[in-house]
Amino acid sequence: MYPRPVPETAHASRRLYMTLVGAILIIWLAPLFAVILTSFRSMADVMSGNLWGWPTEIAVVENYTAVFTQTPMAGYFLNSLVITIPSVIGVLSLSTLAGFVLARYRFPGNMLIFALFVGGNFLPHQIMMIPVRDLMVRLNLYDTTTALIIFHVAFQTGFATLFMRNFIAALPDELFQAARAEGATPFQTLIHVVVPLVRPALAALAILLFTFIWNDYFWAVVLTVSDNVKPVTAGLANLRGEWVSAWNLISAGTIIVAVPPVVMFFLMQKHFIAGLTMGAVKG
Amino acid sequence: MTSLWRRHRWWLTPTLLILPGAILFAVVILASSVQSLWISLHDWDGFGPMIWIGLGNYRELINDPQFYVSLKNNLIWLVMFMLAPPIGLAIALLVNQKIKGMRVVKSMFFIPLVLASVAVGVVFTWVYTPEFGLLALIFRAFGANAPALLSDEHLVTFAIVIAALWPQIAFCMVLYLAGLNNLSEELVGAGRVDGARGWNMLRHIVLPQLTQVTFIAIAVTVVGALRSFDMISVMTRGGPFGSSSVLAYQMFEQSIFSYRFGYGAAIASVLFVIMAVFITWYLTRIIRAEERGA
Repeated sequence: MYPRPVPETAHASRRLYMTLVGAILIIWLAPLFAVILTSFRSMADVMSGNLWGWPTEIAVVENYTAVFTQTPMAGYFLNSLVITIPSVIGVLSLSTLAGFVLARYRFPGNMLIFALFVGGNFLPHQIMMIPVRDLMVRLNLYDTTTALIIFHVAFQTGFATLFMRNFIAALPDELFQAARAEGATPFQTLIHVVVPLVRPALAALAILLFTFIWNDYFWAVVLTVSDNVKPVTAGLANLRGEWVSAWNLISAGTIIVAVPPVVMFFLMQKHFIAGLTMGAVKG
Repeated sequence: MTSLWRRHRWWLTPTLLILPGAILFAVVILASSVQSLWISLHDWDGFGPMIWIGLGNYRELINDPQFYVSLKNNLIWLVMFMLAPPIGLAIALLVNQKIKGMRVVKSMFFIPLVLASVAVGVVFTWVYTPEFGLLALIFRAFGANAPALLSDEHLVTFAIVIAALWPQIAFCMVLYLAGLNNLSEELVGAGRVDGARGWNMLRHIVLPQLTQVTFIAIAVTVVGALRSFDMISVMTRGGPFGSSSVLAYQMFEQSIFSYRFGYGAAIASVLFVIMAVFITWYLTRIIRAEERGA
């Protein structure tokens, strides 16, 4: 069924259409709304089983303060930042370099390296879990944020290189010919021609990588155990184990985990969508 | 030295530029993956020496009932996940109208996509909570009692997959919206002149232009289904009694909780082979397209 555009003059049907879409949207986001509302409930209401009735009090401040003061969530949050930000910067640098070379230099094995970068991306994480964990143990990095940073940079470089290569390959050839004619070295070409032109791609990639790395859970549980290293995702899973039926606090914790990527998304929506559709080969 | 550098920098610079990324990726990702295949031929607790047992782990695996439960669940994930592209397309068509306020609505539909899968897992655990959850509330409105989905061994996997579909549908919707944006107005207009409407328009004029998007949507959905781990770990830990486990989770459990790294590596290798079949198909398609473009 391919709907026709609702005509601009039909005000009544436009309003009706938006009401319908709004209703579907509310159903679509209902699980999220349920969690947000629960995060406002007081402990007394939760304990007495009043989860859907009229709240006796709004405990929004209490709940969020409790999550930050009575649980290690604040620490997890900082750890997530300490892991995510350097990883994103690392991936952006390595993938711009590698993407530039793969896009602009023909050499034997170019296609093979490209295929390995792309293919490696699709590997199930479990296939590298044991050796990566073992590698970090041997490097004395197990249970450190560095271990997670190294892994994320390595893994995401595959996808990011594919992304940057395609972007740089699509830049007009004349620019590179002109640079060569003026005797620019490859390094000068990279700095003066490529870097200024790939800014939009870097922005799109940065927001995507931030989301991927922030949301990672598997490697967080494989490579970390201590509270002072764990990121929020693994922290939230812990919280659920410890605060079994304190659904108001668990809900508040969930919202705290969810907020940074959602905020980033709304701030840089255009870049996010562009990045996702440009690099959709990523799983 | 400088002259040597000057004479060779046309190839030295590119090599030096690609090396850091290539080496890191090769050592951490590729070499590790190959190493797992090697470990799967050993008995290893992660600390002591590895003992060669050849195909022993695989022989044990084909007699392990849990392996078949996991494999069956992987199949359920794969089949049910195929709902994501059509539903994503349906929502994309729904919001693909130029009406004031639609932009905000679109971004609201995207939200599940950026949520951490752990967060999605917790959200749905809450929805499914017997007596108190959103589902129980809805059932009660109809005078019924909601089943305890996450502790029912026959329903649990379906319940988790439905939760996981939430972000996956949003993902497919984003892809289709981008595709719909690039539709050729002329073809759609010509179709209209020829009297194509509704289903016919979608089948014969719109979908053929979205083949590439559909290919990508199916690819990310297959990979998403085979990668399922986070939601299972958060929602049920594979339970009750392993009934919601998948290969990825069983592998993790065997290695991290039971210290059976060789056996875990064998399970991972099976998962790898399944994925490899898919990667090969996918890569040949991209590379062929790449060569056509070049």
